[in-house]
Amino acid sequence: MGKTLFDKIWDSHIVMSKPEHPDAVYINTHFIHEVTSPQAFDGLRKRGIPVFRPQKTRATADHNVPTLEQHLPIKEALSRHQVEMLTKNTTEFGVELYGLGHPYQGIVHVIGPELGITLPGMTIVCGDSHTSTHGAFGAVAFGIGTSEVEQVLATQCILQYKPKRMKIAVNGTLKNGVLSKDIILYIISKISASGATGYFVEYAGDAIRNLSMEARMTICNMSIEMGARGGLIAPDETTFSYIKGRQFAPQGAEWDKALAYWKTLFSDDDAAFDKVLTFDAADIEPQITYGTNPGMGMGVTQHIPALDQVEEKERPSFKKSLEYMDLQPGSALLGKKIDYVFIGSCTNSRIEDLRLVADYVKGKRKADDVVVWIVPGSKQVEAQAKAEGIDKVFAAAGFQLREPGCSACLGMNEDKVPAGMYCISTSNRNFEGRQGPNARTFLASPLTAAAAALTGRVTDVREAFGH
Amino acid sequence: MSKIFQHLVSSAVPVPIENIDTDQIIPARFLKATTRDGFGENLFRDWRFDANNQPKADFVLNNPIYSGKVLVAGKNFGCGSSREHAAWALADYGFKVVVSSFFADIFKNNALNNFILPVQVSETFLDKVFQAIEADPEAKIEVDLENQLIRIVASGEQESFDINAYKKTCLLNGYDDIDYLLSLRQDIEKYEGTRAFNF
Ligand code: SF4
Repeated sequence: MGKTLFDKIWDSHIVMSKPEHPDAVYINTHFIHEVTSPQAFDGLRKRGIPVFRPQKTRATADHNVPTLEQHLPIKEALSRHQVEMLTKNTTEFGVELYGLGHPYQGIVHVIGPELGITLPGMTIVCGDSHTSTHGAFGAVAFGIGTSEVEQVLATQCILQYKPKRMKIAVNGTLKNGVLSKDIILYIISKISASGATGYFVEYAGDAIRNLSMEARMTICNMSIEMGARGGLIAPDETTFSYIKGRQFAPQGAEWDKALAYWKTLFSDDDAAFDKVLTFDAADIEPQITYGTNPGMGMGVTQHIPALDQVEEKERPSFKKSLEYMDLQPGSALLGKKIDYVFIGSCTNSRIEDLRLVADYVKGKRKADDVVVWIVPGSKQVEAQAKAEGIDKVFAAAGFQLREPGCSACLGMNEDKVPAGMYCISTSNRNFEGRQGPNARTFLASPLTAAAAALTGRVTDVREAFGH
Repeated sequence: MSKIFQHLVSSAVPVPIENIDTDQIIPARFLKATTRDGFGENLFRDWRFDANNQPKADFVLNNPIYSGKVLVAGKNFGCGSSREHAAWALADYGFKVVVSSFFADIFKNNALNNFILPVQVSETFLDKVFQAIEADPEAKIEVDLENQLIRIVASGEQESFDINAYKKTCLLNGYDDIDYLLSLRQDIEKYEGTRAFNF
């Protein structure tokens, strides 16, 4: 019996496997940030132990940083304290930090891949659920809690029960105006926010194969939104050519050796999955969410389910969600007025996302009463955007290009959507209050967000492409 | 926070909502602390308090007839972020047990790592628990970890629940994962010696 890609990587990282015990799994790369690490470092201090393999952990400041005037001291005292603690802890324990002002700083899941730190075949963890992003390279990558961050700092290992394996195949050709974000929103809307709980997902099929690395990252990023432990895609030429030449990627003889290994990383033909789902790319239209979990999504031209289309047991939660959003069951979203557009987050803040948006809005101007924030995923993305003149396109369109960070994805810094306002967001969560207390979020692709920025309304981006 | 969990009899607090995500349990803007303490104050912050920080009378935690160390919630509890702050907030508020018909994976780990017991029951049993609390807000729930049983004391109805043997031993004895992993140090170094790559 053959092995799945997931099994190949997992099994080759087991340090200890005992009956009735979780596996002790060796971790190749550990990312940390300011919000979920301070208590872990405190734990080490209390136990009087060092970081076991400090060179395998990399740190950045992203969740809590301002996205304007990053060269100035952080105004908000608690945020400043958290960022200062990260500097203090990484200095004391000998961990490399790409903090504010560093040319590599950015959202942790953006910088790992772009620096060539994220590689196929690795095990990767971070105290952040969207660590699943790195799975796009054929790595086993998943989010962990702070107690687990402490485990990895202390031992470079983590205790985990092996999840089940699911394969999700998407076959066929995507329609114009449909992006990888739409693929993943579509899948989640079909299987629900808990449809993959307990599983590690492998994405396959020619629609996935034909995606760029950055588009693949968007898919893997949102695996967690259907409850999956993580998601991965077998590496191929697209992967290898993306990695080659990046700052920390292997070089010379190391590269050749690594490449030979990476080429063995695929699911064998006769490998068994616990569950297999198949979708047709041609069925997918641009997506938008209407509710308060990412499973509450639909095609942009469709109607929100009417009450009688919702299972009776789920009606109270459904109603609560629509009340929060101030939307009527059975209504359409197309044409709905919006107040904010947020293009950013580890889901869609890479250079391809920015290029796509710039191409679409070039020479056009945003609607008057809409605020548009573009928050690049990293300093390198920001620099690249400026080098390509994308910043000028945004300025002419009335979009505000800010500095890198998580920003309005989770509203920890001052970038919050005001109460009651509607925001089209390229991020990954539409939970109540996620973008600010009582803020209302519609998740969508960067193109759908850009189209809404121009019209001030929920818009079918395909109209611009003549369907 | 006591590190040992064995047996508990307590009244319960019902929150019959599905898909309660970690942003509801503790909104992100309260994640700025650098210690594990004090998060209980902001547990379910936006459901508990209005924009002027006044308690909302209709939320269960503001209703004095409900109290206890057991939280009973709708399915898919703890979905969303990996933030352990959600578990810290529940623990700091005083909850020792969360009962639901389904838990998100990362939350389950985080809860156990903080000596909170997630008890996964069938949908039918969950409904019975909600009904028992509705009939009597002081209804007692008994949780027996050794025998893996949850019981509605008044009616005697009970159900067994799953927990893996390793985690059960940890909870019963107050061990944690790091104690175990540190004991594997030689195995870890041996494994490192077998890696073909330096990444
Ligand atoms: S951008 Fe959003 S989802 Fe991504 S790491 Fe930051 S807060 Fe988490």
